[in-house]
Amino acid sequence: MAIVRTRALTKVFRQGQAGAVVDVDLESREGEFLVLLGPSGSGKTTLLRMIAGLEEPTSGEIWIGGVLVNDMTPRERRIAMVFQSYALYPHLTVLGNIVFPLKAQKVPRAQREEKAQWAADLLGIGHLLRRRPRELSGGERQRVALARAIVREPTVFLLDEPLSNLDAKLRASARAELELFQRRVGTTMIYVTHDQVEAMAMGDRVVVMNSGRVRQVGTPAEVYDEPADTFVATFLGSPPMNLVANGRATVGFRPEHLLPAGFAAEAGPRLPLSFRLDHEEYLGSERILYGRLEDGRFDGKVVSRVPASYRDSLPAGSTHPFEVVERNLKFFDGETGVRRDPVALV
Amino acid sequence: MTDTRRGQAWLGPVMLLPAIVYVLALVGAPFLLAFFYAVGDVKVGSTGYHFVGLKNFASVLENPAFRRALLNSVLFTVGSQILVLIFGNILALVLKDAFRGRRLIRFLVILPWVAPVSIGSIGWKWILDSLYSVINWVLIRLRLVPALSPPMWLGEPTLAMVSVILVHTWHVLPFSTVILLAGWTAIPRDIPEACAVDGAGYFRTLFQVTLPMLLPIINVALLFGIVFTFTDMTVIYILTRGGPYDTTQVVPSLAFFTGILGSDLAEGAAISIFLLPVLVLVAWRMLRTAHRAESG
Repeated sequence: MAIVRTRALTKVFRQGQAGAVVDVDLESREGEFLVLLGPSGSGKTTLLRMIAGLEEPTSGEIWIGGVLVNDMTPRERRIAMVFQSYALYPHLTVLGNIVFPLKAQKVPRAQREEKAQWAADLLGIGHLLRRRPRELSGGERQRVALARAIVREPTVFLLDEPLSNLDAKLRASARAELELFQRRVGTTMIYVTHDQVEAMAMGDRVVVMNSGRVRQVGTPAEVYDEPADTFVATFLGSPPMNLVANGRATVGFRPEHLLPAGFAAEAGPRLPLSFRLDHEEYLGSERILYGRLEDGRFDGKVVSRVPASYRDSLPAGSTHPFEVVERNLKFFDGETGVRRDPVALV
Repeated sequence: MTDTRRGQAWLGPVMLLPAIVYVLALVGAPFLLAFFYAVGDVKVGSTGYHFVGLKNFASVLENPAFRRALLNSVLFTVGSQILVLIFGNILALVLKDAFRGRRLIRFLVILPWVAPVSIGSIGWKWILDSLYSVINWVLIRLRLVPALSPPMWLGEPTLAMVSVILVHTWHVLPFSTVILLAGWTAIPRDIPEACAVDGAGYFRTLFQVTLPMLLPIINVALLFGIVFTFTDMTVIYILTRGGPYDTTQVVPSLAFFTGILGSDLAEGAAISIFLLPVLVLVAWRMLRTAHRAESG
């Protein structure tokens, strides 16, 4: 187990172009499940590949377990990585794949078999050892990739979107399995994803990235409830946070906080708003209302997420009194989009 | 709908016809003719035909020149194919990655294949000439060989065989390189990266992962290479004419010298038919490989 630390880590692929990763300072905690979350092109995979040693940083430092690893090969870093494609060796059996890292480490044969058996049992693929990768399902392949990664007991696990090749149904169960797996082995995991649901569900902490920079690091609750800027506010949450201009500030509130007047259970002062419904989506457990705020002070498209227990029918085009509990309003600088202290609404 | 279908019913065979005519006229007919000659007593200029059974085959098998040629053919093919696979893979590995001037290098690598083999071989004949050899000129200036008795590249049995193998390798290398390059490019980048993360060094990755993954492609390159080499006599014909003392004579060149230049068509045909088992074997392997590729 080890702590991964980066200092001012930067990667520029082509000189003169914007960096893929810019000035990233990051520190994982012992045995933590750290998720790198961001849209495609945000630099999260490049960051992971630099930690793995597959990509050379343009500048900055990478420390693993207190050792500067910049000049070390992937092999010397003692990390394990699960690739998006799983990168199983197609000509080898499952067993051949799992023992490959041990062979490379010159572990004696008897010990190899024992370790492979242990890893296979841990992931429940003991019965597949004689098969070849192309005879396996997506979920089984993923488990083989994990077994191959765990077998030599790495100090750090790096995972690059390992669930993105699975279908939606399998993904949910694979997610739960992966969490369980991490808890059992207790190794630090750095996990790259563009899927905010995965990030929120699995991460001890989430690192939100955009255009090569870290925008916020925090627990899932922190990044969701207290976004550091408008990017984080809109990237997390579906539908995203409503943002409306107010004077020199931008005011944000989550769709689930914009509710019909009197419906919110929360106590505290409220901000009354006038909501004009455009159209509605009924999702069974909840209703998503799309519309506009029609108010002198606030103007703009917003979304409201109301529990299905709210049964009043709202005809399209009608205007209704809605409200937001004031505690749930987030304030951002109107120009930079960075979070700021609450200001008086104008 | 029916019209279109009826149209397709005759259109397909018609489109195939030129290819079928071509194969029957230029491959099938000569092939049957060779069988016909091989069991007869045909000589260039003879007017009659007498069936003689397997007499020609028996006489070919008793002929030491033929046995020598068969051995040379195997040596020539195996030797050049080993070199082609080694250098083809090295070239493919070099050309796979982007670098400045890659297009130019790729063009130069292809050149020996697209240039007429006769012209290339004549160039090599001068390069390896006993008096005007540039190789010897360089070696003498570097004082690596005695000035008065430099190596006779095409005049000494072993050197002559080595020379024809090297020149033939030079000629067929581009073709295999292109096939192997396609194979190397098809290996996803993730695979060598996974090897690196798993702690495998360059040679372990090469010999235990990437080369085994490439095996089907290597197979294809090898099968084509064997066909091109085992049936070819251009390089040998131009460089050594089978000499010195038949030491570089291969089966196709022996068949040519016996049947055409020696005007014994029957025996020449019998010799060339001995190529058949090898080619049938190779063709069968090729079809099997293709079938496997199709069925995934």
